[in-house]
Amino acid sequence: MANGTTTVDVGEEQLPARPGQERGTLTGWIQDLIYTVDHKKLGILYIGMALVFLVLAGIMALLIRAQLAFPDGHVVSPQTFNSLFTVHGTVMIFWVAMPLAFGMANYLVPLMIGARDMAFPRLNAFSFWLTFFGGCLLFFSYVGAPGLYGSGGAPAVAWMALAPLTSRAFSVGPSTDYWSLSLLVAGIGSVTGAINIMVTIFCYRTKGMTLSRLPLFVWMIVTTMFLVIVFLPPLSAAQIMLTLERYLGAKYFDTQAGGSAILWQHFFWIFGHPEVYILALPAFGVLSEVIPVFSRKPIFGYPMMVAASVLIGFISAGVWAHHMFTVGMTSFGVTFFGVATLAISVPTGIKIFNWLATIYGGKVRLELPMVFAFTALFQFLIAGLTGVMLGVAPFDWQLNDSYFVIAHFHYVIVGLILFAVFAFFYYWYPKVFGRMLDKKLGFWHFWLFTIGFHLTFDPQHIAGILGMPRRIYTYHPGRGWELWNFISSIGAIFQALGIIFFVLNLIWSARKGKVAGDDPWDAWTLEWMTTSPPPDYNFEKLPEVRSRRPLWDLKHPDDPDWKFE
Amino acid sequence: MKAAHHPAGRDRDVIEGTSGIVLWLKCLILFILRICSALKDRREKLIRRAFLLVIATLPRTVAAQGAEQVRAIQNIFDPLSKPAELINDTARLTLLVCLIIFLVVGGLLLYSVVRYRRKSTDDDTMEPSQVYGSNAIELAWTIPPILIVIVLVLITARTVGEVNVIHSSKDTIQLRVIGHRFWWELQYPDYGVTAANEIHVPVSYLPSTPRPIQMTLDSADVVHGFWVPQLNGKLWVVPNHRNMMWIQPSSLGIYLGNCTVYCGDQHANMLIRVIVEPPEDFEKWIAGQKAQPVADPSVEDGRKEFIENSCGTCHHIAGTPAANGVFGPDLTHFMSRQTLGSGVAVNNDENLRSWLRDPQVLKPGCRMPDMKLDDKEVDLILAYLKTLK
Repeated sequence: MANGTTTVDVGEEQLPARPGQERGTLTGWIQDLIYTVDHKKLGILYIGMALVFLVLAGIMALLIRAQLAFPDGHVVSPQTFNSLFTVHGTVMIFWVAMPLAFGMANYLVPLMIGARDMAFPRLNAFSFWLTFFGGCLLFFSYVGAPGLYGSGGAPAVAWMALAPLTSRAFSVGPSTDYWSLSLLVAGIGSVTGAINIMVTIFCYRTKGMTLSRLPLFVWMIVTTMFLVIVFLPPLSAAQIMLTLERYLGAKYFDTQAGGSAILWQHFFWIFGHPEVYILALPAFGVLSEVIPVFSRKPIFGYPMMVAASVLIGFISAGVWAHHMFTVGMTSFGVTFFGVATLAISVPTGIKIFNWLATIYGGKVRLELPMVFAFTALFQFLIAGLTGVMLGVAPFDWQLNDSYFVIAHFHYVIVGLILFAVFAFFYYWYPKVFGRMLDKKLGFWHFWLFTIGFHLTFDPQHIAGILGMPRRIYTYHPGRGWELWNFISSIGAIFQALGIIFFVLNLIWSARKGKVAGDDPWDAWTLEWMTTSPPPDYNFEKLPEVRSRRPLWDLKHPDDPDWKFE
Repeated sequence: MKAAHHPAGRDRDVIEGTSGIVLWLKCLILFILRICSALKDRREKLIRRAFLLVIATLPRTVAAQGAEQVRAIQNIFDPLSKPAELINDTARLTLLVCLIIFLVVGGLLLYSVVRYRRKSTDDDTMEPSQVYGSNAIELAWTIPPILIVIVLVLITARTVGEVNVIHSSKDTIQLRVIGHRFWWELQYPDYGVTAANEIHVPVSYLPSTPRPIQMTLDSADVVHGFWVPQLNGKLWVVPNHRNMMWIQPSSLGIYLGNCTVYCGDQHANMLIRVIVEPPEDFEKWIAGQKAQPVADPSVEDGRKEFIENSCGTCHHIAGTPAANGVFGPDLTHFMSRQTLGSGVAVNNDENLRSWLRDPQVLKPGCRMPDMKLDDKEVDLILAYLKTLK
């Protein structure tokens, strides 16, 4: 634990400076972040870590696009390219998207439910540092894997580690071990973090904050954390089995010794598909907070939104094999998982309709958070529909493992999740740092990134339809893929420029931004009641919560929500 | 080529195998589109034009002229083989349903955000009327998606059943495809022929006399994927897990495909070439593959170099006892192939010389090592290989 030796009650953050710790200097600030068990600082740490890894894995993506910009490219060697897409995928999922979800939950959940901190503050720090060191372990493979063996490098087995490519016959040297052990470490961090957040939500709500009055963001986080607790352990188990196989002679996935490559696929995807919802549900949560506030209406159909989220959580347990339609399942298996997959589009559709109905009839303020949230919603509509195409098994036989799939899941992970995260930044940054993000820089960020996103990923749908498989480091001219890949690579530059503007905005606004005040958006959830940034103890006093929009009730005593619930 | 005497054999417009619910839905959608086109409203026209534009941006290959035509552009919506056509029917319908949903919901989203945006004249102290929800409306938009899902499920089940069949009639050609890192071994058990990388199959001109090719997919090492989009969807090639897949091409040509599952350094250059030729040409090719190579005394030195450099440890050449390896492609009729290294380069003198000098130049990471041959050895072996017709 971060500070296992101290006997101070860390639930209270009114700690005196530790011996050797300076207050008010950069060193002091860094020391404070390392020692901290405060959920807000840990939230910032999670998100800051995610941004650093986002930039690193983003540079890898730029190299990938540079290599594929022209046919017969020679920017990187095939071996380098293969490790680039492996590390890019792994890092973006496990050390960017998941920490973003955990960071958002860490910062917002206690504030939204009116709690002083998480249920287990030290466990919270433990979770973060495990995740962080897991990421470091993966990156260390660039240095460590060539090590004693003199062979290998960063792992090059694809982010789903296609067994038996991971067996010792095909993955010489320790690079694959870096992949599996770093995921194991970070996986434990995620599960402990999820337990912590679940306990906080169920046991530390303020007076009157019943489950039926939880902000939707918190409900989405409940579902997310449930999925983490249930479905990360299969992945951790698979990593342990892989390590046993590689070092102690077990034979689970090694086909040369009678193991099964399909078994690995099942293990990976029984985690891997719920993982998609682990990433997407917090993004849904952000949309469910931002869209009502900027449409000036309560969310349409709150109970249906909650039911749909929980239903998505449950159905997502039974759809994993739709990633395996092409492995050669029986017709029954294909149809069964096809049915489950298409069924999940119903609650997802309900969510989209509810957001639509929230906007409809409102008075939409097109501020930056809303612009990002709306774009995320629109792009998610497209991502959902290409998902339906992939869910129709025969169509999937053509589309799976092609660039169409690449386009589809980047539409989900960038088009929905990253855009929702940007909405999160523009909406809650004033709460976290007390200053507004700059509008002009934000405008540049939005347009550069949105144009870049569409230039990059829209053409990939067509490349996939024209038969371009994923994970190829080169292609011959004449296959009809040149133009689409070229446009795609140009788009990557736009995205990179957008991110530069975003990071500049984060840094510039922290010192020079307009002072925000407690409640710059005229919002309704509890976190806007306290100061910006909130004090260590979060709230001085809290009203009894009587509806889903406690601040609405305070601002409109003549027309409170609780009359209608 | 004799191809010119045959019709192009594009029978996919025949509504054979497109009965039942698919046909019914097609009629329904055509009907809706007809109504749309009848409307003079400009907005409708715009939507239709956008739809047509999307379809038009997808390049389509031109109809076959002969067996030499390389079908490099493999559009999944331009199938030329029975199972791919079955998949295409489902795919097009799904695409259409999704496009309609996108236009309706996307249009509503854009409409509401534009229509209900705050105007500069608005009084900011006034909030819009607070609507909390409506069970009737929730129900109304839950039922249509459920109905669409049911339709898609039925179509899925039907097409899965139609494509997931195993052919065993006497007209069926059995073909065993074995994935290796990073090339394809091909066995025609009916003919006793072993080849590599370039699949020769006869065309099925008429649906009444089909000659399906029943492929058995096996892997010698890791997972690979077999995909030629115009012939069929993809299927994994998994060690210890035999998969079955069939094709029934209706047009002549050379179809290009790829390994679709990442299998290591040279996954990108594990290419597939399916040569669909007239039945007579196919029989001729089979006869050529069955023949023993003619021993040419003028290249005896090259043959010796081939054996002395242990090439035979990995490669097999019929009639040469010292060349009986199974790790690399069979070279008995090496010169009958159009490409080298599983499609990485054209099979000509220049590329072959480069390959013999160091295979890692053309295909870095492939399993064949640099044999460190000098110029003279390369020339001799090259001359010998060129006699393996």
